[in-house]
Amino acid sequence: MSDYNFAYLDEQTKRMIRRAILKGVAIPGYQVPFASREMPMPYGWGTGGVQVTAACLTPDDTLKVIDQGADDTTNAVSIRKFFENTADVAVTGQTSEASIIQTRHRIPEHPLTEDQILVYQVPIPEPLRFLEPRETETRKMHALEEYGLMHVKLYEDIARHGHIATAYAYPVKVEDRYVMDPSPIPKFDNPKLESPAIQLFGAGREQRIYAVPPFTKVVSLDFEDHPFEPARAEHECDLCGADHTYLDEVIIDDNGGRMFVCSDTDYCETRQSAGHRGKFSPKENAA
Amino acid sequence: MYVAVKGGERAIDNAHAWLAEERRGDVNVSELTLPQIREQMTLAVHRVMAEGSLYDPDLAALAIKQSRGDLIEAIFLIRAYRTTLPRIGYSDPVDTGKMTCDRRISATFKDAPGGQVLGPTFDYTHRLLDFKLAADGEVPTANHAIPQTADMPRITDFLNKDDLIQTEVPSDETPPDMTREPMEYPANRALRLQTLTRGDEGFVLGMAYSTQRGYGRNHPFVGELRIGTISVEMEIAELGFSIEIGEITLTECETVNQFTGSKSEPPQFTRGYGLVFGQLERKAISMALVDRALRWQELGEDNLGAPAQDEEFVLSHSDNIQATGFLEHIKLPHYVDFQSELELVRKLRCEAQAAAHKEAAE
Amino acid sequence: MSTTSLQGGFDTPPKQSALAFRAALSTMARPGNIETLSGGNAPTPVSEAAATLLLTLCDQETPIYLAPSHDRPALREWIAFHIGAPFVAASSALFALGTWDTLQLTEFPTGTPEYPDRSTTLIVELETLTTTGPRLTGPGIKDHAYLSLPDVAAFQQNNALFPMGLDFYFTAGVQLAALPRSTKVEAN
Repeated sequence: MSDYNFAYLDEQTKRMIRRAILKGVAIPGYQVPFASREMPMPYGWGTGGVQVTAACLTPDDTLKVIDQGADDTTNAVSIRKFFENTADVAVTGQTSEASIIQTRHRIPEHPLTEDQILVYQVPIPEPLRFLEPRETETRKMHALEEYGLMHVKLYEDIARHGHIATAYAYPVKVEDRYVMDPSPIPKFDNPKLESPAIQLFGAGREQRIYAVPPFTKVVSLDFEDHPFEPARAEHECDLCGADHTYLDEVIIDDNGGRMFVCSDTDYCETRQSAGHRGKFSPKENAA
Repeated sequence: MYVAVKGGERAIDNAHAWLAEERRGDVNVSELTLPQIREQMTLAVHRVMAEGSLYDPDLAALAIKQSRGDLIEAIFLIRAYRTTLPRIGYSDPVDTGKMTCDRRISATFKDAPGGQVLGPTFDYTHRLLDFKLAADGEVPTANHAIPQTADMPRITDFLNKDDLIQTEVPSDETPPDMTREPMEYPANRALRLQTLTRGDEGFVLGMAYSTQRGYGRNHPFVGELRIGTISVEMEIAELGFSIEIGEITLTECETVNQFTGSKSEPPQFTRGYGLVFGQLERKAISMALVDRALRWQELGEDNLGAPAQDEEFVLSHSDNIQATGFLEHIKLPHYVDFQSELELVRKLRCEAQAAAHKEAAE
Repeated sequence: MSTTSLQGGFDTPPKQSALAFRAALSTMARPGNIETLSGGNAPTPVSEAAATLLLTLCDQETPIYLAPSHDRPALREWIAFHIGAPFVAASSALFALGTWDTLQLTEFPTGTPEYPDRSTTLIVELETLTTTGPRLTGPGIKDHAYLSLPDVAAFQQNNALFPMGLDFYFTAGVQLAALPRSTKVEAN
């Protein structure tokens, strides 16, 4: 891989992406079109996030890559390896040690700091896309701040189900202006979108970059009589006992037996090594 | 006892090693060489060059070998390589009227200057498996004619002289480049043509076919189809003139479409245009039909709501690398999202059941 | 071409521009923060921070406007050699460089309602840069911040255009700060 430039992309491409990132930061929640390049991994597998990360990485960075909250999922491994090979950066599994975190579908449980950048992989950046498939139309809707269609959709959910039937990629309004898709994170993570860290969103196939600067107001859409509520499985983690984290449900036998474990593997492991225990924790050796 | 899933890295390494072994196949069968692929799987090589947007038969052959013959995978390899190449400069536009044609046919005139040249076509082969080929692929030498050296005039130029076909105004404007700028709608014709020429052959074919069956019907005739080679020149600023940098094979198709006129245009024929790398006439003809269908607005035709008239629909779904990637990404883990839906469905069910109970009790 | 126009670029472009971009990102994401930016050296009167920013963000694809304070042959040559950006009038500039007094804000594109990003980023050269002066609030700022801006009303008018508007970098020596269109500015 040494024949390629630092962090794979050529300098001109990085400049183009960097300019788009800065515009995104200047206009929080607005989707900046950018000339996404073909990456050596498939579209839909994080090419937007990878391009944003490549444009941000310096040799001094420590990179963490997660997919579904875990560092060891195959696509996270693959992307981390890509940057180890092309940028020779330090990598880590620990949220607190990382300066850049690329993520798919989760915001880490450990609170982020001002010194961190969180890069999201985004499949469909347009929150209005499922209501209106045409880019030419949704662009007008954003320009006119015409978000009635979105409220109608959410309200229809309430009329039919008694709840807003969106559990992930739950739309937010950024700084009272743009309705934004936070990428397919569970709505449990939405409150964490107001963060001291810089949050960058990259959609490679759809050629869009957007951003949420630190301390930016991010409000999950809701109604006065149906306020937004972040949801999680009402269980404790069976490995670390946490009752405040987002949980994965794991089927453990043929009889429908199941257990719940933290989706954020680093957070769970850190808690376990600090002595926290859950229902399924291995029995301690009597010392 | 449950242990969190680990070992993603080892699984990937093992998968890659196994893949390499499968690619090679039975080691008692001799390995394919790149010249074999380039010379004997030529049309596959051409498709990979056309949709990969990179004219390099040897690299296309390598990509086909590496991808085990999965052409979309091969196109992907070429695209990912192409994107890392520096842009040294831009060639002069090629004049396809100066093409050395291996094949040149017109469906609109029985004969025309330059003649009908059938060339190496499958058209009139009977599609019977040639079992001899299984044992012995050697062929007798084909007859040779004296190559024509004069330029081959375009068939549509004959119509143009009588003003019977809409004149295409030449322009020196730099066309947009979808590989360097984000796609923007509405797109101009140059951008549409660029998208179509690297679009998936199957998709463009399907779109073209739909227009023939009535979804935005536009009565096409193949005015001319030509396949041949042409030299590519580039102006070198330091020299002040153009030099030849290579020769490429192209397929060009111009369709002649009936047009009864509109408020702004008199009745005359109109054109659809297709141009692709390599010998890919199915693609070139398809492209011309779709190009013509997408011109409805410019020609003052009605929007019939046909898929092939819908620029944003056609252009944003024609790329097989984008389509494949996004389609296949749904096999990546989505259990975080699934879990959130699971919780929601449980909650909704619970409430629905409680409501049903209450109703029954009342 | 003079000797100076050939000098002052990055020695190791991928790494230097990566570090410089992070400073540019950090300041734009945190209005009021001042970062150090060095490594690029352009002919007078360009500051080291401004030269580094140009090398990091500009190329053949970014038309540049040089305000009268900076429109000098030596700088044009330096930009032509190191960056290759075309020189244009303010009305079609993606980037602009100059002193506050010579930049006429009304001339720059502020984007369109559909594409508010199609606007100019101005690099404003100041004598000094400190975290005192007008009060800033908005995205990127925890409670409030202060920055030695050269004006107040102009930035208030710019913010009123949001989401359209101009974005600013301020440079003084090796110091860099930024003010995106999203920031609310009040006299202190």
